[in-house]
Amino acid sequence: MTTSVVPMTAAPPVGRSRRKFSSYPFKARVGAIIVGLFVFLAIFGPYMAPFDPSATKDTQAYPIGPNLTHLLGTTSIGGDVLSQMLVGIRATVFVGLTAGVIATFLSVIVGVSSGFLGGASDEGLSLLTNAVLVLPALPLLVVILGYLPSASNLVTAFVLSVLGWPWGARVIRAQTLSLRRRDFVAAARETGESTWRIIISEIIPNEVSLIAASFVGTVLYAILTSVALTFLGLGDLSNWSLGSMLYWSQNGNAITLGAWWWYLPPGLAVAFLGMGLVLLNFGLDELGNPRLRDAAGQRKIAGHAWRPADPTPVVRDGEPLRRGLVARLVERIVHLNKKGPSTSAEHSDIVASTKGDVDE
Amino acid sequence: MKFITRRLATYAFAAWIAITVNFFIPRLIPGNAAEAMMAKFHSLQPAALHAIEVEFGIGHQGSLFHQYIQYIDNIFHGNLGISTNFYPATVTSVLKQTLPWTLILVGTATVISFALGTILGILAAWRRGGKLDQLLPALTFLQAVPYFFLALIAVEVFAVHWHVFPIGQGYSLGLAPGWTWGFIQSAFYHSILPALTLIVTSMAGWMLQMRNVMITTIGEDYVLAAQAKGLSNRRVVWTYAARNAILPNIAGFAISLGFVVAGALVMEFVFSYPGVGYTLYNAVTSDDFPLMQGIFLVISMTVLVANLLADVVYLIADPRTRRGSES
Repeated sequence: MTTSVVPMTAAPPVGRSRRKFSSYPFKARVGAIIVGLFVFLAIFGPYMAPFDPSATKDTQAYPIGPNLTHLLGTTSIGGDVLSQMLVGIRATVFVGLTAGVIATFLSVIVGVSSGFLGGASDEGLSLLTNAVLVLPALPLLVVILGYLPSASNLVTAFVLSVLGWPWGARVIRAQTLSLRRRDFVAAARETGESTWRIIISEIIPNEVSLIAASFVGTVLYAILTSVALTFLGLGDLSNWSLGSMLYWSQNGNAITLGAWWWYLPPGLAVAFLGMGLVLLNFGLDELGNPRLRDAAGQRKIAGHAWRPADPTPVVRDGEPLRRGLVARLVERIVHLNKKGPSTSAEHSDIVASTKGDVDE
Repeated sequence: MKFITRRLATYAFAAWIAITVNFFIPRLIPGNAAEAMMAKFHSLQPAALHAIEVEFGIGHQGSLFHQYIQYIDNIFHGNLGISTNFYPATVTSVLKQTLPWTLILVGTATVISFALGTILGILAAWRRGGKLDQLLPALTFLQAVPYFFLALIAVEVFAVHWHVFPIGQGYSLGLAPGWTWGFIQSAFYHSILPALTLIVTSMAGWMLQMRNVMITTIGEDYVLAAQAKGLSNRRVVWTYAARNAILPNIAGFAISLGFVVAGALVMEFVFSYPGVGYTLYNAVTSDDFPLMQGIFLVISMTVLVANLLADVVYLIADPRTRRGSES
């Protein structure tokens, strides 16, 4: 190993590659839990649904509010809202993930080859990326789906991903450009590695956090757009999804009937899923850019409020140390000195971050 | 002027993609406007199909290349075909009626939301961890809520329950559109709620981006130097830090315009607003293909022009681009 190998943002130092979940930024953890819950519901939800979501009752002429049989009430034709939700989350998550995977795949291919190959292929691919980026996606989607006789979830996901890749491609291209000029890539080239091997084993591993962020962003875009399209009646209305639930509730005048249990749950579910994804993305952002982290903590050090541009805070003796990254660090080091050398992971972390080398 | 020529090339290419996609979609997918018209008016004889095709200019005569050239020629003459829905009105005349509604409402809302979001982002970054900054989680939530859902709830609360604003439409039904005081008043009153929902949902994005860039900028040495010189906080924030931190926001304006248009489309559907988006929705549900395509083309071109304007602003704001040293 040479010292000139400096990973850009993603790859953490070797000793920390297996981080504890609790050591990730708070936002990322909350986001991961929310998204994880939805993925769980997407897999097992349909088996947990107490009723057939499409079942109707002839005798029922109006929506019934939440009660013990129907925990989230019923629609105006007697469908169980909770069951529709549990079944419908799968389709919504499916569209989001499928579009996310295809679009991210496209962005990585276009972004990396554009940034790494340079020259005419870079000019051409950048032109394509920027051009698709400025085209308004939703009107185009509306036109395409309007022409298609029937839009299944898979078709919707596919069309969404064809229009959703340029944003990620741009970010990945910029990162590849900066990576290409680094010493370790030059070293790999000198040892005679092929272009594709360099791209796959040198470039892409250093862009993992960026690719992850662009994946999460694309999933969010795909979910919000597909729900909106289905709500407009242009998506797959023959299957239950959060979007089609909203479409049918709008169609059944849920709002004018005051049937909040009909339209609020699917809408809030989309909002929570979306928020989970946004938080996850913030967390990934903060992993890459530590300045954004611990906003509240940095402001108050030793009980004194500091502006970001204020001179470095100095801790006076005897003052209570509260919160704050620096404050916590100082506190722990003091604690460490009192107790003497310790083997717990927490302490070795501090040693690692202060002295810059890891033994354990 | 490498910067501007490069951008112009991008827009020209984007316009070409839009036109070409528009040309090929109807030819790749079975069914056309004439058949839709036949389906709508059952009394028409099968032999009339050809006549209708000629009338709408969609009979696929000649080679594909010839049709393509013809199509582009028509576009440059403002000839977008005839709407099957508003027959015999041309697509261009339908657009002339609906475009101003969207442009005025969405344009104003976008500018307000951009300005407000940017200013709030600057303040949130400066008073980091302060009250404004603590609002961020709530704003995150707003950003994740599907726009139409928020708009539906706004209609429910403000229009159905409290009767503060009208439920929808662009103006009171009894009025005839025109430049009369009563009509303008009514149109303004009807636009408040749609505009507010657009501003509230899109502002969060501007604010978050501005805050994050601003935090990085505030950490720069030149900002510290400005403070050390004893300049007032206000001067440091606005003329030193914000002046530079705003650049990514202006650049991001172009990218997010697509989302603004998307929000506007759905907004018009929720509020039955007489703009381009609602017309597009109606065109899709009634298989009015020429109108659908015409609207897509006009929306694309409007977005491209708005992008160009954003570039000019960027050119003014960032002297580096003027020197032609694009890094």
